[in-house]
Amino acid sequence: MAQVTLFGFWPSPFVYRVIWALKLKGVDYEYVEEDMLYNKSDRLLKYNPVHKKVPVLVHAGKPIAESAVILEYIEETWPQNPLLPKDPHGRALARFWTKFGEDKIPALFGFFMTEGEQQVTATKEGQEQLRILEEQGLGDKKFFGGDEIGMADLEFGWLAWWLEVLSEVAGVKVIEAESFPRLYAWIQRFKEFPTIKETLPDRSAMLTYFKGRRATFLALAAS
Amino acid sequence: MEEVKVIGFWASPYVYRVTWALNLKGVEYEYQEEDVFNKSDLLLQYNPVHKKVPVFVHGGKRIAESTVILEYIEETWPQNPLLPTDPHARAMARFWTKFGDDKKPDFFGFFKSAGEEQIKAAKEAQECLKILEEHGLEDKKFFDGDKIGMTDLSLGWLAFWLEAMEGAAGVQVLDVNSFPRLHAWIRNLKEVPVIKENHPDQTRLLAYFKWLREMYTKPATT
Repeated sequence: MAQVTLFGFWPSPFVYRVIWALKLKGVDYEYVEEDMLYNKSDRLLKYNPVHKKVPVLVHAGKPIAESAVILEYIEETWPQNPLLPKDPHGRALARFWTKFGEDKIPALFGFFMTEGEQQVTATKEGQEQLRILEEQGLGDKKFFGGDEIGMADLEFGWLAWWLEVLSEVAGVKVIEAESFPRLYAWIQRFKEFPTIKETLPDRSAMLTYFKGRRATFLALAAS
Repeated sequence: MEEVKVIGFWASPYVYRVTWALNLKGVEYEYQEEDVFNKSDLLLQYNPVHKKVPVFVHGGKRIAESTVILEYIEETWPQNPLLPTDPHARAMARFWTKFGDDKKPDFFGFFKSAGEEQIKAAKEAQECLKILEEHGLEDKKFFDGDKIGMTDLSLGWLAFWLEAMEGAAGVQVLDVNSFPRLHAWIRNLKEVPVIKENHPDQTRLLAYFKWLREMYTKPATT
């Protein structure tokens, strides 16, 4: 089988989407940790000259960047344990919500990059998007993908583990059981799912890392 | 045969992606014009999340977001494929489509600004165009190879819309000396019969962008 290599960075939820997809499909891969803050490798810059970011998946020597693009590639190349439903409209809905997750990143992360009055506004904006996600995206389903984890669940996986850490660091509560009952229930199901549960970054390491990131963002905003 | 319908707006390049795809595959459809400055109840019902066009309706089921619609069209009507067969080439097509969409603020900043800000915004647009030309298009006839594909449709706004926006904003970003390959690609794209026969009227588009620009650059009144 051709070599599969994933270039990643341990705190990145974008990288974890790809790791989860490969693990759910039982695909063996080599993982290469990149120092994204201070010392990107020559190989990364060669494989992703346009964005210079992780994740990058290299399969049989050919690189692919952008987690959403990588997920589609993984789905087409290793069709076992599909991440997209068979029916075309169901696939369109999965892609629609995946794209919603991509496009709403600034709104959803705003609370983490701000403080004071700005943070109050940013948190509300993020919660408006989460309300749409809960009511129209998830609805009463077990997972975004239906009965099984799908592409949209991987897209929003950061809500299940990263959000709690970011909320603690930023000092705001974004999702609570009372305010977002269905998303909250989905979070519990997602992070208890065996493959996912075994594949999450260390929480205390994340706390330290994201405390540092928030300090950097706020300092930059103030300068 | 099941009903196929596109809800669109005459000036939207996102809508044209979809109608071009349907025309290239020979799929018949009904087109319904929407006034995006006075949105109908139907649009709000069909696309409650974003309230935008295009919306695609097939057999009663609705899909929004042009790139999602393109993937649906490709899967439902596989004739005259818009994506290559090779998986890595498909990934590249999706990568460049995403690049074009994610860089939208950088591409269009020059249109919404004036003076010093516009000069800076025009430079940012040109940096993105340079990446597109050197890494995306390279020496190919079309972005996805020898024939027109999904990426070409997604970047089709460069062929008709950009010129009108440059005209309205009084600044040229895509000049032929700096971007010879993109210019050659635009010529090739405009020669594809489906594209040649289906694009907005340039005069009308220029007037529309002049009007839009006035709205964006009007000084704020307190």
